Amino acid sequence: MLWSRNIFKSTLATGRRFNSTLVIAEHNNDVLSKITLHAITAANKIGSDISVLVAGSNTKKVADEVSKINGVKKVLIAEDPKLEHQLPETIADVIVETHKKNNYSSIIAGASSFSRGVIPRVGGILDVSPISEITEVHSNDTFTRPMYAGNAMAKIKSKAPVKLITVRGAAFEAASNTGGSGAIENVPKVDIKDIGTTFISQEIVKSDRPELTSAKIVVSGGRGFKSKENFELVYKFADSLNAGVGASRAAVDAGFCPNDLQVGQTGKIVNPDLYICCAISGAIQHVAGMKDSKVIVAINTDKEAPIFQIADYGLVADVFKAIPEFMEEIKK
Amino acid sequence: MRILVGVKNVIDHAVKIRVKPDKTGVVKDNVSHIMNPFCEIALEEAVKLKEAKKAKEITVISLGTDKSNTILRTAMAKGADKGILVQVDPGTNEKLEPIHVAKTLASIVKRDKYDCVLLGKQAIDDDCNQTGQLLAGMLGWPQATFANKVVPKDGSIDVVCEIDGGLQTVNVKTPAVITADLRLNTPRYATLPNIMKAKKKPLETIKPSDLGVSLDNQTEILEVNEPQARSAGEIVPDVKTLVGKLKEKGLIE
Repeated sequence: MLWSRNIFKSTLATGRRFNSTLVIAEHNNDVLSKITLHAITAANKIGSDISVLVAGSNTKKVADEVSKINGVKKVLIAEDPKLEHQLPETIADVIVETHKKNNYSSIIAGASSFSRGVIPRVGGILDVSPISEITEVHSNDTFTRPMYAGNAMAKIKSKAPVKLITVRGAAFEAASNTGGSGAIENVPKVDIKDIGTTFISQEIVKSDRPELTSAKIVVSGGRGFKSKENFELVYKFADSLNAGVGASRAAVDAGFCPNDLQVGQTGKIVNPDLYICCAISGAIQHVAGMKDSKVIVAINTDKEAPIFQIADYGLVADVFKAIPEFMEEIKK
Repeated sequence: MRILVGVKNVIDHAVKIRVKPDKTGVVKDNVSHIMNPFCEIALEEAVKLKEAKKAKEITVISLGTDKSNTILRTAMAKGADKGILVQVDPGTNEKLEPIHVAKTLASIVKRDKYDCVLLGKQAIDDDCNQTGQLLAGMLGWPQATFANKVVPKDGSIDVVCEIDGGLQTVNVKTPAVITADLRLNTPRYATLPNIMKAKKKPLETIKPSDLGVSLDNQTEILEVNEPQARSAGEIVPDVKTLVGKLKEKGLIE
């Protein structure tokens, strides 16, 4: 270790000789989140030697799953009852301690509500400026990330001593979850400080539908549905296509559906093969979350709606007529 | 409870952004600026807490050029008691990173002692979503991000947070950092009499160097580009044609 530190010092002027990357696994103590696979692909582009940290109250199953992912060299386990709810305050401590021991050149996680809480907190502790939601890797210190709701793409170079990165899942393919043979080891016990955050409860919306951010087809509904009852048609339509369900901010604000369905700058970012916007006008905020979909279909009564400017196929029609007709047609 | 609220001056979300021809950034001159919508929500929550007698005093702070004075006055018109402008020149302002703002806020917190820092969850210009978490990490304070509901208790605050897949409730002991999500509240408008009154409220102007904060850059913007434009599509006459085209492309079965 000392030896490798010396190498770092002597090569500082020309950059580091090798990269070691720590990927933070996201999971629920049972199943690995798919976003981690996307983060691992980005990590692969940054450099070799990928370790994945699985921190939680129950890590065995997830660690086994992670060790099989292609490209993963090492799986580090941090198991502690204090990590049960994976609060940023606890996870950040584990990441910082793990980093201090192994001196990673980058620490990466898939962009999600989990990592958005954790990664910048680690930055605050380490005095490092993080890099949010990269969509492209140019080298181990140069990345592209969107700004202004995706209306500008910034190519940035980070001089930070360790690159703290969140990865936009939709911008990177998922790494294969077979073929890997990462070695599993425990990280030395970390003294997790109690700084006064207590988990109270969690309310997860249960659904059998494909998850919004990884669905191949997404059907999205907007204000035009006028009521929560009418919005049921979006779910029916999605089910007929085995699609994920999304919504515009207007639909969420009007209470038609829960807010975790919101697609947009302040909601989820998706890029399915097919995105069907139903009664959505196409405000900048919404477009930011779906404009990288491969094919966009818009169904809207207003032929002037901005959504038609980005849709591959536009249908000027009433969703209450068009959707049932669509479902009938695909049965044929 | 004494609350510090951070506000940022950003380009109006209704403005169509234009990238500069030299690719150094986006055009900001002669473009309408507003208080970042998430900052407005954070401020509104602070004002509501004060109205509910849960907060004693609200200080609003911005790191930016003189132009940020406008949003600080607006914030005071909406109910903040006093303002702090941490002034930087336009060149420095262009290069500010969330970590600079977090360091500034941390030093103000240490100087003036607050029980709670309320920020927006992200600024709609750089879309970073970092400042609150960086600050909490620097101070070693609890953090509650993407707040959807804030319920103060004795010496702590229950916060319902928006997470992927649903909602999570945490209790944070004060002092704590809370970042506001979209659905926390609906910000009020400043009334004309309040705008007039706000002109008399104290506004302190200081420099980052007065606070001992260094603004060394860790991130360099190499270039800013327009995103790839989507090619124009077609309008189909009926559902049958639409389904036919999607089937042809193998998008649906």
